[in-house]
Amino acid sequence: MTLGTVFFAGVHDFGALWASVRNRGQSMGMLSGSYIGRRGRNLFLVVIFLLLLMVNAAFAVVIANLLVSTPTSVIPVWGAILVALVIGQLIYRWKVGLLWPSIGGVIVLYALVLVGNSYPVVLPDPVLGMSPRSAWIVLLFLYAGIASILPVWVLLQPRDYINGLQLFVGLGILYLAVLLASPTIVAPAFNDALPEGTPSIVPLLFVTIACGAISGFHGMVASGTTSKQLDKETDARFVGYFGAVGEGMLSLASIVCCAAGFATLADWQAIYSQFGGGGVKAFVDGGDNLLVQGLGMPAQLGSTLLATMAILFAATTMDTGLRLQRFVIQEAAELAGFRVGTVAGTLIALAVCLALAFGAGSEGSGGMVIWPLFGTTNQLLAALTLAVVSVILIRKGRNPVYTLVPLAFLLVMSVYALVVQLGTFLEQRNWLLLGMDLVILVAALWVSFEALLAMRQGREAQAGSGGDAADGGQP
Amino acid sequence: MSRGRKERAPGRLAALLEEFYAAPYRRTFARARREEEDLFMLLVCSESLGVPNPAAWYTLELLPVLYERFHDWHRRMGMERSPLDHIGCC
Repeated sequence: MTLGTVFFAGVHDFGALWASVRNRGQSMGMLSGSYIGRRGRNLFLVVIFLLLLMVNAAFAVVIANLLVSTPTSVIPVWGAILVALVIGQLIYRWKVGLLWPSIGGVIVLYALVLVGNSYPVVLPDPVLGMSPRSAWIVLLFLYAGIASILPVWVLLQPRDYINGLQLFVGLGILYLAVLLASPTIVAPAFNDALPEGTPSIVPLLFVTIACGAISGFHGMVASGTTSKQLDKETDARFVGYFGAVGEGMLSLASIVCCAAGFATLADWQAIYSQFGGGGVKAFVDGGDNLLVQGLGMPAQLGSTLLATMAILFAATTMDTGLRLQRFVIQEAAELAGFRVGTVAGTLIALAVCLALAFGAGSEGSGGMVIWPLFGTTNQLLAALTLAVVSVILIRKGRNPVYTLVPLAFLLVMSVYALVVQLGTFLEQRNWLLLGMDLVILVAALWVSFEALLAMRQGREAQAGSGGDAADGGQP
Repeated sequence: MSRGRKERAPGRLAALLEEFYAAPYRRTFARARREEEDLFMLLVCSESLGVPNPAAWYTLELLPVLYERFHDWHRRMGMERSPLDHIGCC
């Protein structure tokens, strides 16, 4: 994780940010058009669209599972929406400064964790003919649909903000607990007692860890948003690397919770008795134990706190993701020559996400079925971003080895994973995911080929000119 | 020095929070504001463009104020040249 954060994620996030700043704040999609070509850009956009499609379905299922397994988190999770609505009104309607609403918001959020811990909310089974998990998935999409069409100042902006603060505080509490408890890692360094049906660690490990080590999403955010917020180009190193380190710290905390949060090896083995048995619940339970040991927090309160933290983190991605998807649908419709309104665009986006969540697996388990494909696509996007950065470096006559090494590793692992998953989906006769896998595989190989050509052309142009050839970006 | 730093600390914290709150959405707001201004420009110029406007008497007074922005507006709307004969901005 640490090596991935430093040598892969740091290089990727900083590289994407730097490339965007150098090219008038263009997004990675636009940069791929400038440096790899029009075809490369279109294929790049296909990968981004499919990734957005999958993230909503996958996150909805993860959240629904947590709401079912940790019912004490229901009140703080839904209460956070009210807190955000109030903060939005305080700031925009009543022009209150940010300091006090921020402090008050975080206090209320943590007070809601206490309330939720005392009053768990369990949905009856069945509810409106659905299982509790399915009902939560439908409710989550209903919320995300409404949130995505409201003006951003009403909900999305204050919600992102208060969740960010809450995440910093939560992470601080967790690390403090780890330092005070100084727990022993009970998980074996090499686990020989593998449960039946466990797939090979290669390539699965490298397409499962996303934001913690390297994530294509970061390239999208770094080039789409962060590059417009930098004061000067030299700040890109600090911001790009520090962002990666911040994410790495969260993933490191998750590993500590899952590996050291259990008292004995037997407790750990009980959680991991089957492949995929741990999941986010292992992070929540392990973290709860650490909070009990380190800070003397009452048992279960830590679970509520960490489940709330994980859900809020995923939920903000979900509502923003749905909004982005609506934009993509509207733009695609415009290109096709007709107009799609805000509500219609949102309904189409919702229908596609629900179809993926319920169509790829019964009871809304499709989100979990597509998780490996989502992870693979995310890593693939990171590889494509590194390819664009490598082309830029080559055209500028700089040493591209720092981006080429992670690029080669990521490309091999994600293409390998796509091929493995192709076999799995074929075996399961899951035609929807098989089709998506094929489209992603072809797009990835094609972009890589175009990138290779662009690198070769860049090298030749560089050798011909013998200097700093390109800054504007036309190949 | 230390006192000065202390005095600046709350201000710096407030500025940090302000940036943390506003920065990710700055572009969204700028785009929304521009769209509103574009619509307003269309309302002001509607009579000249052949669309009856009951408030034309009042919006006409705003033309000098919006004149400077007219060129950028018609280019954003996909019109290379000024659509109004009496405004020869390009």
